[in-house]
Amino acid sequence: MTTALRRYPVLIALCVAALFMTVPFLIVALNAVKSPAEYAQNGPLSLPEGFYTDGVRDFWERVDFGRKLVNSVLISGSVAVLAVVLSVLNAYAIGIGRVRGRTWVLAFFVLANVLPQEALVYPVYYLSKEVGLYDTRLSVIIVFTVIQAAFGTYLLASVLGQFPREIVEAARIDGATKWQVLWRIVVPVSRPTLGVLLVFFFIWTWNEFLLPLVMLISNDNQTVSVALGVLQGQRLMDATMTNAAALLGLLPALVFFLLFQRTLTRGIAVGAVK
Amino acid sequence: MTVTVERGAAAGAKRPAGRSRHRPRRPGDSYALFLLPGALAFLAVVVVPFLMNTGVSFTDWQGVGSPEWSGLANYRELVGDEDFWASFRHSLFMVVAMAAVPTALGLVLAAALFDFVGKHFGGRVTAVLRACFYLPQVLPIAVAGIVWSWILAPENGSLNELLKAVGLGGWQQDWLGDPDLALYTVMAVMVWVQLGFPLVVFMAGLQRVDPALYEAAELDGAGWWRRFLHITLPQIRPEIHVVLLWCTIAALKVFGAVYVLTKGGPGGATDVPSYFSFTTFFEKTQVGYGAAISTVLTVLVLALALVGLKLQERTDR
Repeated sequence: MTTALRRYPVLIALCVAALFMTVPFLIVALNAVKSPAEYAQNGPLSLPEGFYTDGVRDFWERVDFGRKLVNSVLISGSVAVLAVVLSVLNAYAIGIGRVRGRTWVLAFFVLANVLPQEALVYPVYYLSKEVGLYDTRLSVIIVFTVIQAAFGTYLLASVLGQFPREIVEAARIDGATKWQVLWRIVVPVSRPTLGVLLVFFFIWTWNEFLLPLVMLISNDNQTVSVALGVLQGQRLMDATMTNAAALLGLLPALVFFLLFQRTLTRGIAVGAVK
Repeated sequence: MTVTVERGAAAGAKRPAGRSRHRPRRPGDSYALFLLPGALAFLAVVVVPFLMNTGVSFTDWQGVGSPEWSGLANYRELVGDEDFWASFRHSLFMVVAMAAVPTALGLVLAAALFDFVGKHFGGRVTAVLRACFYLPQVLPIAVAGIVWSWILAPENGSLNELLKAVGLGGWQQDWLGDPDLALYTVMAVMVWVQLGFPLVVFMAGLQRVDPALYEAAELDGAGWWRRFLHITLPQIRPEIHVVLLWCTIAALKVFGAVYVLTKGGPGGATDVPSYFSFTTFFEKTQVGYGAAISTVLTVLVLALALVGLKLQERTDR
């Protein structure tokens, strides 16, 4: 009895803390469906009287949100796939091939990922103008493929370092080329880790801000994050529109989260152990 | 199938030392080719721009025309630039908000969720609570910025309205617009953003810990706090190192949050090196000076990363 009495206060405290973490999401959702008149009258904390969707619709049309979604999906999706492929190639050479000087190669990749993007941003901006890639989605895809693959290489190299050597050796003795070993054995066996990387790369690229902000200046090429960040910076929005923007911005994130919760936690576990 | 076995056996017979650690290297038979695409892309996107940036930091350049060599002039100017020092001081505040506080809170929360809620209330409750804490981590920082700058708005902001509603109207503030307060407000938002990461890493780490350790300690009469100090903390030390390192680096590099919440203001009160270099590049178009700022930041981050990697190597062993 006494233990039961002592248990609940802790649980309640944790629930209150969890509520505090999620409250901003709730207020945004509440206010995104209020009309401006209602907001002006009752303030941000009241419950909505009706279900007002014009704010969301206006905002969607005003920023051409569908287009931004397409851009974000296109960029993040391409980066995720390309970066996983690049990571696998690198990690295959390092983890299974055990190429000479692999510690150094690995260190270089880690440092590339750790490097502040500010130290790359101006030259990347300048070079992309020189080669005609400035303000193209392709430029952002190329840059993030390399940056994400740097992390992917670091993680995968250690995973592949523990890959059962007998399987690789047996296949080699059977006459499989390295290329075949990679695609028919190593990749299928490592699929869970690759899936985790794919999800991470997608979400990280989706959330990236600085480089897309610099590289994608035209409205037609901007990602969701940049479009929202720039609007916010201009402080042109009224309260209803701000909430519409916030709601539309957080919905995709919420969807990823619900879809990939297990992958995310598993991925963090994989990443942390190394 | 038999053919394979035979060939395998034959190959095994041909190389008596084949089982040893070093596999024989046939000429032209190297895995290095697989590194080629990665190495080339890496060169073009990271190495060349990084070297260019470092080079530019020794020049006087407005982004147009040709850069003029000016040696250490930019760095000498940095030393006397109060804005530069202020931005690095703010970085230390960010380290507290994004690394120290989330790690400490994350440890207590992870232990409470794992060792207490998980045991007494089951995995479902634990998973839901963990999800709530992790949620802000998946949000684009631009969206988090929109949400919070609206909640913290001086007029009609939810926080101020809430204070009024509970009779604490006197505590209302211009949270992001007051130079004395803005940095602390940004810090609070960053704790909210960052907390989920250490929590989830620590909870994953705790799954490695042998439950027998806790049971034995409990039988010996050790309370929750003692178990936390003597079992949880030492057992997940590798995770603590990794989290502290990554979060500190993230704190030094923080950009999006400052851009969206305050634009470094009011009056530079929340400026950080990355935002400072960004505005120097693209608003003041002092490219050489901006490059010098980002070079200093890079040296700092890389030094930290190297020390961190060394420490990690040592604890791994």
